[in-house]
Amino acid sequence: MKKEDNLFNLSRRDLLKGLAGVPFLGAVWYAGAKTTVDAKREKKFLLEQLNIKASPPPPTGSMEGKPIRLGIIGFGIRGEQLCRALGFATKQWLADMKESAEKNSNDTRLSEFLDQENLNVKITAVCDVFDVNAERVIDSFSTPENKVKRYATHKELLSSGEVDAVIIATPDHWHAPMATDAVNAGVHVYIEKPMTHTITETYVLRDAVKNNPKVVLQVGHQHRQTQSFLTAMDIIAKKTLGHVSLVTTNTNRNDDNGAWQYDIHEKASPQTINWDLFLGNAPKVEFNKEHFFRWRKWWAYGSGLSGDLLTHDYDRLNCILKMGIPRSVMASGGIYTHRDGRNVPDVLQVNMEYPDFSTGSSQEDGKEKGMTFVYSATLGNQFDRPTYLMGHDATMELGNVISIYADARSTRFADMIKEGRIDPSVPIYQYNPLANATDAVTSATAKYFANKGLLWTYRDGKRVDSTFLHMREWLSCIRNGGKPSCGIQEGFEEAISAHMAGLSYKLGRRIEWDPQEEKVIAKPGEDLDAVLIANEEKVVVV
Amino acid sequence: MKTNLYSSGQNTSLVLLRILIGWHFLYEGIIKVYNPAWTAKGYLLSASILKPFFNWLSGDSLIGIVDTLNIVGLLAVGAGLLLGLKIRWACVGGIALLALYYLAHPPFGGLEQGPAEGSYWIVNKNLIEIGALVVLYQFPSYYSFGIEKLFSREKPETVNG
Repeated sequence: MKKEDNLFNLSRRDLLKGLAGVPFLGAVWYAGAKTTVDAKREKKFLLEQLNIKASPPPPTGSMEGKPIRLGIIGFGIRGEQLCRALGFATKQWLADMKESAEKNSNDTRLSEFLDQENLNVKITAVCDVFDVNAERVIDSFSTPENKVKRYATHKELLSSGEVDAVIIATPDHWHAPMATDAVNAGVHVYIEKPMTHTITETYVLRDAVKNNPKVVLQVGHQHRQTQSFLTAMDIIAKKTLGHVSLVTTNTNRNDDNGAWQYDIHEKASPQTINWDLFLGNAPKVEFNKEHFFRWRKWWAYGSGLSGDLLTHDYDRLNCILKMGIPRSVMASGGIYTHRDGRNVPDVLQVNMEYPDFSTGSSQEDGKEKGMTFVYSATLGNQFDRPTYLMGHDATMELGNVISIYADARSTRFADMIKEGRIDPSVPIYQYNPLANATDAVTSATAKYFANKGLLWTYRDGKRVDSTFLHMREWLSCIRNGGKPSCGIQEGFEEAISAHMAGLSYKLGRRIEWDPQEEKVIAKPGEDLDAVLIANEEKVVVV
Repeated sequence: MKTNLYSSGQNTSLVLLRILIGWHFLYEGIIKVYNPAWTAKGYLLSASILKPFFNWLSGDSLIGIVDTLNIVGLLAVGAGLLLGLKIRWACVGGIALLALYYLAHPPFGGLEQGPAEGSYWIVNKNLIEIGALVVLYQFPSYYSFGIEKLFSREKPETVNG
């Protein structure tokens, strides 16, 4: 072999063979770089066209100053959860979580609770008709300097002078009477949903809040704190979806706990439960443990799917769309999955009509107007059906992660679809609170992880309990002023809409709202509140 | 002389295998280099076995380093194999990376599988690529194709002087 005069003293052939990998490297590098850079340019182009501002909700104010003195009214399942969000866990829960964390290192519930910010509140008072619940509060939350006092009634608690604010987590039929008394006593209120149990109560509570402007009332729709909602609002404001004609939301559960078949406490008895006080304005019936612990199953104390779960989805959308109270509601359903003596439906479909509502139009004036909001629920299947906002130009899938898909027949995106710059089967926009950047085009893998909820988070890349954030916002408004995100107006709209759905189910007919008079339209001589709380499945069987 | 141990067909096959694997690693690395939003966090968080280890890697303090090391590793292994430079080191590095990918989501019966274009049980493409790198490690194709050839003391011409 002939030697060449080169650096390596190799033949030309060997030199070529030695360096033959270099062009491969160059080609692969160029192809990879070009693919990625082109994709990024397309993404940037699309994001500029959409111009959506992705922003988390602003942080709420300082928790400094004198501790706020809280009274707990109702320490059942939800009351206990709300107290944990405030930084107070029962001894039993702490012991259980410690044991669970020791067994399973992935169980971070205890460490997340301990890491939670101190909200600078103290629980000074409790009111619960069940001795066991009241004693759990006293036993777990009392300190040497601050012994929690128990009051027999909410009125005694409110007039004690020991509380600045109350948490109301009682059965629905007690929500409004207690909240109204608290507001009139100048005590701040965090009230669980639904805000009220009847239409009349809704007006009474609204008047009370109007007359006591210093009182901060927050309704417990913690979904208002979801990180993606401001982004969703901007998506609507930028008319990204075009005219939204249909919104579909869902509840899908398939277990006894989800169907309100809660445990009955072994110590429950007429001696440990103040039964008459529990009943309050509900029809007088004999002591009944099932009614007490599983009150959500009866109209006399609860409000079934319409008050319990529709309200979550309604409020989540009302937060984004601000569509308010529907002009009319039609609902139907039945007790099809838990025939256990309950009288609230466990399968319910609700159609709310908004004939004058529009999110904006990309077509000629006047062609598009009006929207239907659909709530579809079953307690007999838990297949995950996402929430969709369906517009002429695009569809938004709404959750912690937001995905937007252009519609193949969109007017706004028609040119870009024709040019192949938009594929209607791939999201044109995706907002993920944990991703480093908003993403215009996602991969199957990214979607898979996002859908599994692994990339979900709420604040600064950390999982935060949204109830904690909702409580914090309420406390910040009490301390620093400001308007809570789910105040009396939002609560009013939520309650009236839910009651219209409940009435439609019970009466088997369309229930209409008069926006000028601000009234649910009744037939002559009809008492809608009596219908709503009547403790029977349906008033008129159709 | 080592190069004469294999037929030219055998040599060419080994070189071809090396180029294919190098190509694959390099391209994966480059795609990630040019996409700053890429992160392995989701992949690590969803690990089906050795969860404490992979979750530790995906933590806020480590994920930046993990992502960078992964990209550098992919590029180095890819370039090494394509250019024929430090081939055995590249093989070891490639096997280590693939072993991590494999262990995070092993295709064992009963474990949840992520999206895949085929059907796998125990053996998947990561494991096969590991096997291929083991072969390359055992039969390094230095002499017929690659930069290492330029620096080799055992140049074919010098053997017969």
